[in-house]
Amino acid sequence: MNKHFVGDTTVLLGRSLRHIARSPDTIITTAVMPIAFMLLFVYVFGGAIETGSDSYVNYLLPGILLITIASGISYTAFRLFLDMQGGIFERFQSMPIARSSVLWAHVLTSLVANVISLVVIVLVALLMGFRTGAGVLGWLAVAGILLLFTLALTWIAVIPGLTAQSVDGASAFSYPLVFLPFVSSAFVPTASMPGPVRAFAEHQPVTAIVNAIRDLFAQEPVGSGIWTALAWCVGILVVAYLFANLTYRRKIS
Amino acid sequence: MSNSPTSAQVEQPAIRVHGLEKSFKQVKVLRGVDIDVARGSIFALLGSNGAGKTTVVRILATLLRADGGTARVAGFDVATQAADVRNSISLTGQFAAVDEILTGRENLVLVARLRHLREPGAIADDLLGRFSLTEAGTRRVGTYSGGMRRRLDIAMSLIGNPPVIFLDEPTTGLDPEARIEVWQAVKELARGGTTVLLTTQYLDEAEQLADRIAILHEGRIIVNGTLDELKQLLPPAEIEYVEKQPTLEDVFLTLVGAKTEKEQR
Repeated sequence: MNKHFVGDTTVLLGRSLRHIARSPDTIITTAVMPIAFMLLFVYVFGGAIETGSDSYVNYLLPGILLITIASGISYTAFRLFLDMQGGIFERFQSMPIARSSVLWAHVLTSLVANVISLVVIVLVALLMGFRTGAGVLGWLAVAGILLLFTLALTWIAVIPGLTAQSVDGASAFSYPLVFLPFVSSAFVPTASMPGPVRAFAEHQPVTAIVNAIRDLFAQEPVGSGIWTALAWCVGILVVAYLFANLTYRRKIS
Repeated sequence: MSNSPTSAQVEQPAIRVHGLEKSFKQVKVLRGVDIDVARGSIFALLGSNGAGKTTVVRILATLLRADGGTARVAGFDVATQAADVRNSISLTGQFAAVDEILTGRENLVLVARLRHLREPGAIADDLLGRFSLTEAGTRRVGTYSGGMRRRLDIAMSLIGNPPVIFLDEPTTGLDPEARIEVWQAVKELARGGTTVLLTTQYLDEAEQLADRIAILHEGRIIVNGTLDELKQLLPPAEIEYVEKQPTLEDVFLTLVGAKTEKEQR
C-alpha cells in the first residue's frame, strides 16, 4: 500500500465533508423521505396493519433505517459523478497521491453523512413514541449492522458513480434499493403475503437485516438470524468492493 | 522521489515521445507521434478538433495507456515509472479542474496537502498574490468568472514547482482579456525554467507563446519547428502596402483596458 494512503485519504475526506457542510440539503433530503414514510405508515396505514407487536413505530423503525441508507448512498454516486465530470478527478489522478484514496474518501464521507441521517431518523422516531429497552451492547450491535450495510451499499453506489453518463443515471440505481424494503418484513409480517412474494420476501437481505435489528431493539434472542443478516452484509460488501475496484482500475488505466 | 535523476536524465529533453500509437476501438487516433521538447521551453501542439492533442497529453500525464511507442517525461517512462512521472508533472485539462464548492484558497491548500508539502497555507497565499486572486481567495470558486477559474487552475498546477506542465487548450472559452492573462502566466512559467507543453487550436496563441510548434494532423506530426522555420515552408512574403486597420480585438481591449487596469491594482 502506498505510504501516503492514510494522509491523502484524510485530506480528501476533509474536502468531501466540507461539501456536505456547505450543502446540508443533501442530509435533509436524505432524511425527509424516510420521515414521510414513517409518518404515513404510523399514523395512516399502521392502524390497519396487524404486526403482533404492541407499537407499530417499534415494528417499523428498522426498515425505515434501511430505506434511509438506501436513499443516502445515492449522493455518493452523485458526488463521485460530479468529480468525474469536472476535471478535478483527472487532476487527482495525475498527482503523486495514493490512487485508491480518491474512492475511500467518498466511501468514508458516505458513512459520516449516513450516520448523521440515521441519528436524525432515530430522534424523530423517539418523538413518535419509539421505545427500546436495548442496552449499550444492543445499540452497538445495531450500529454495527447499520454501518456494515451502509459500507456495502456505498461500494455499490461507487460503480454507477464511476460509469454513469448523466447525473440522473448516477442516482437512479438507488430506486430499486429503496423499493426492496417494501417487499420484506419491514412494513408488514411476511406471513400475510401470497406464496411466491412471501418466498422472495423471506429470502432477501432486507428481511434478515430488519428482523435482526428488530430483535435487538426488542431484547429478544436473535438466534441464527443475526448471522444471516451479517452474511448478507459482508457478502454484498465483498462483491461490490471487488466490482467497484475493477471498474475503477479500468477507468484510470 | 525514489529514483533521483541521473546525469543522463538531466541532459535528456524534458519530454521525449517516439512512435506513439493509440486507437479507440476501430479509430486510430495516433499513428506514430514523435516529439522532443527541450527543458525550459514552451512547445505548442497545434491541431484541429479531434486531431488527438488531448490523447497525447493524457498519455504523457499517465491518465491513458498508449498502444505502442515510448514516452518519457522528465526522464521517466510513462508506462513503467508512472509514479515518478506524476511527481514531476502537473496537468491543466481542457475544463478547469477546480472544486467549485471550496474557496480559491482552499483549492490551493488541498493541492499543496496532496503534494505533501509543508506550510500549505503559505503556499496558497503566495499563489493567490501572484495570480491577482488575493481578494477572491475567500470566495467559493463557483462565483468566479471563467478567467479567474482558469488562473486558479493554473496556479494549482504550479504548486510544488513541477518541472513539466501540460496545458490542454488553456484558453478555450475565455474572453480576450482572460486569454492575455493566461498567456502572461505561461510566459512567466517558462522564464522560471519550467517546461510547458500546451495544446491549442488558436494559431495566434502558438505564435505568441511557443518556442517550437508542431502540427498534429491525422495522427501524425506533419511539421515541427520554430515559428520562423514554419514560415519558411511557404513562399517568401510579398511586400504589400496595406493601411493598418485596428483589429476588433485591439478595439475591444482599448475600450475595456481602463477597467482591467483598475481591477489589477
